Amino acid sequence: MFRLPVERLDELFAMVSAAQTLYIPADGKDSRAHYTKWEEGIKLSNALNTVRSAKDFFFPQTTNLCDFNKKDKEIEIIDNRTESEDFVVFGVRACDTRSFTILDKVFLVDPVDSYYATRREHGTVVTLACTEPEETCFCGVFGIDAASPEGDAACWIADGYLYITANTEKGEKFISLVSSLLEESSDEAVEAQKKATAEIMSRLPFNDIDTSYFRKNTLLEIFNSDHWKKLSEACIGCGTCTFVCPTCQCYDIKDYDTGCGIKRYRTWDSCMYSDFTKTAGGNPRTSQVERFRQRFMHKLVYFPDNNNEEFGCVGCGRCISRCPISMNIVKVIKTFGEVQ
Amino acid sequence: MQVNENKEFRPLIVAFCCNWCSYAGADLAGTNRMNYPADVKIIRVPCSCRVNPMFILRAFQRGADGVIMCGCHPGDCHYTSGNYFARRRMTLLFSMLDFLGIEKERTRVEWVSAAEGAKFAATMNEFVETVTKLGENKRLEDLRCKKQ
Amino acid sequence: MQEAVINRAKELLADGTVNRVAGWKTGEFSFDTTPAVFTSAEELDADFVYNDFCAPNLSKYLVKESRKEGKLLVFLKPCDTYSFNQLVKEHRILRENVYVIGVECTGKVDAETVKLKGIKGITSMESDGENVTIHTLYGNKVLPKSETLGTKCATCKSKKHVAYDELIGNDGEVDEESKRFEVVEKLEAMTPDERYEFWRGELSRCIRCNACRNVCPACTCESCVFDNPDSGIAQKAAADSFEENMFHIIRAFHVTGRCTDCGECTRVCPQNIPLHLLNRKYIKDINKFYGDFQAGADTISKAPLNDYTFGDCEPSIVYSRGGNE
Repeated sequence: MFRLPVERLDELFAMVSAAQTLYIPADGKDSRAHYTKWEEGIKLSNALNTVRSAKDFFFPQTTNLCDFNKKDKEIEIIDNRTESEDFVVFGVRACDTRSFTILDKVFLVDPVDSYYATRREHGTVVTLACTEPEETCFCGVFGIDAASPEGDAACWIADGYLYITANTEKGEKFISLVSSLLEESSDEAVEAQKKATAEIMSRLPFNDIDTSYFRKNTLLEIFNSDHWKKLSEACIGCGTCTFVCPTCQCYDIKDYDTGCGIKRYRTWDSCMYSDFTKTAGGNPRTSQVERFRQRFMHKLVYFPDNNNEEFGCVGCGRCISRCPISMNIVKVIKTFGEVQ
Repeated sequence: MQVNENKEFRPLIVAFCCNWCSYAGADLAGTNRMNYPADVKIIRVPCSCRVNPMFILRAFQRGADGVIMCGCHPGDCHYTSGNYFARRRMTLLFSMLDFLGIEKERTRVEWVSAAEGAKFAATMNEFVETVTKLGENKRLEDLRCKKQ
Repeated sequence: MQEAVINRAKELLADGTVNRVAGWKTGEFSFDTTPAVFTSAEELDADFVYNDFCAPNLSKYLVKESRKEGKLLVFLKPCDTYSFNQLVKEHRILRENVYVIGVECTGKVDAETVKLKGIKGITSMESDGENVTIHTLYGNKVLPKSETLGTKCATCKSKKHVAYDELIGNDGEVDEESKRFEVVEKLEAMTPDERYEFWRGELSRCIRCNACRNVCPACTCESCVFDNPDSGIAQKAAADSFEENMFHIIRAFHVTGRCTDCGECTRVCPQNIPLHLLNRKYIKDINKFYGDFQAGADTISKAPLNDYTFGDCEPSIVYSRGGNE
């Protein structure tokens, strides 16, 4: 374990950004945290988490896949990918860090999504432990420890020091990059912080929600449940929950006619939308009940079925605080859990 | 072929002209051999009321530096009242563009009758001059649509 | 208040006047209420709430609900009644299938406003009408209610119910002194460059989740132009700054003259973009150019964009006027 005084954080950021592009959560004009490219004067936010999740770095809202040009009767296909540069994302929380593992299971299985894979290869994730979780946090339900995050390197801010330790080779590379600023240290302060955070975590209102219903009952039983109708009643069909979600990974591929060629791009899509997975034959889910059900079935049933029982949710709580009508995954889990 | 690096900026102007008055006015300007810049591209519409605010934005998106809408004089609409509705819509839209900080001189509405060839030419000359001074449209451009 | 509301709902259910009740349901926290339809006295007792946290506007749900069998009881706050009237005017709500009870409103507490004050980990909130007590994981706090209101309530235009079959609580007045155009005026007084910077800063955060559109009681098209692949503008993403501008200009333009200024768009925006300012700019322009008009104030007047006079101002007014006119 290494440490450096918090006052010298700026020096660390400067040193990193001299070598690679560095992103940190910083407060925007709207007084909320957003990942921002670090430059002189950008300060690390005190907020627990950013409004958008960190999935943007590896799976951005839009990705230009390729361009087409028509020359006479030939169609030219242009791969517009430029070799992406190494970058560091600093201050990622434990929940968002776990979301990368979940996205990996989608994009890095055969056939590998090369756009995603390239970004993963070039990105170093430096995580930051939580000390003041919000009421909407429930990462513990999915076995995530907010006080000791995963990631290439993990950090803790305790007693005026930033403690850092590497988890992977990339993390070690990161630490060696800034080693001139760091000093060796014991981990007493970190252990004390972990204990304090664990105590708060145990008091969180959603700490003890029970997801076992979704593993004990059959897919069809859950699918055909009467609860969906009541739960989705108020849903306005916007994409807020899916777009702030760190693990939602559905996308649409569209062609955009620029007037001087075609741009084929990938964009986040939301299962809440009426045109989600629409094909020539129509839309498989014609009502909001079905669309709503799809989202939660995916996270709580289909995904664990296909991925060794791992749920497709990390408990970051963004959908809870952002939903216009306050309907969210916790309410769904609880509603089903109650009737057991 | 020699490429002149310092070529003068020529704006692209889209003019929506109603079929009954302004398009005929443009025609008259042409048959009378009046000069107006070739930067003006005319799109004929059945009535100024046909111009959806979306058309104006799309013109900017596809590279226009200025957009002008021409219709019959108020009271002379071929469909009685189309231009009155268009007048309200465009007033509100232009005011909104101004509110968003987009140069208000890039948009304009002029009423040009079929007999006003001279007015058409004069209007276009003046509008092109104004937009040329403003330079390229940067605030309402779509980078994807830029020709490489 | 809540008790009176529940009792009246039970009476109307019992005597068969209505077969369903639309209202608000408690959530996981006392401050996260969800719109819901109740069909029995037991359900009402279990979940129904009406308190200082019931911000969602129920009018839009009536477009679908009023087309179902039987009559529906709905509770509407003053601002919701404007949206209701507007939808009745556009024949989107079948008036005869809805029984409206107007409920008094003194402004709703907004959790986001409270959180912006640096208060973290809110587990519950209680309001006594004057003060809001906030219980958090890290201790309790008390704030005056006036400091906890969301944007839509902080600049409320009217506490008067413009449509109802009966009222519970007092009816208020239209606030002639309302400061709702203050921010719009401030922006108008800026230079175009400053305005451009301001809006780039705000709109560049847009994630095109469509919450503003979907929650808007004026946006009731069966199929939106932004979802129509043939429109050429259904890009689904804010892929370019142009898309962000265009989406918001057109969204606001489509409801011009029909927007009642209920403020739901700003309340629901996950990125906290002050979208209501765009709508208010249109409202302010309409008031100035074509005479004062309040959408939803009645069910008969002609909308400003469906109307004209011979003497309307010319669009050139936009370049001839000075900054904050």
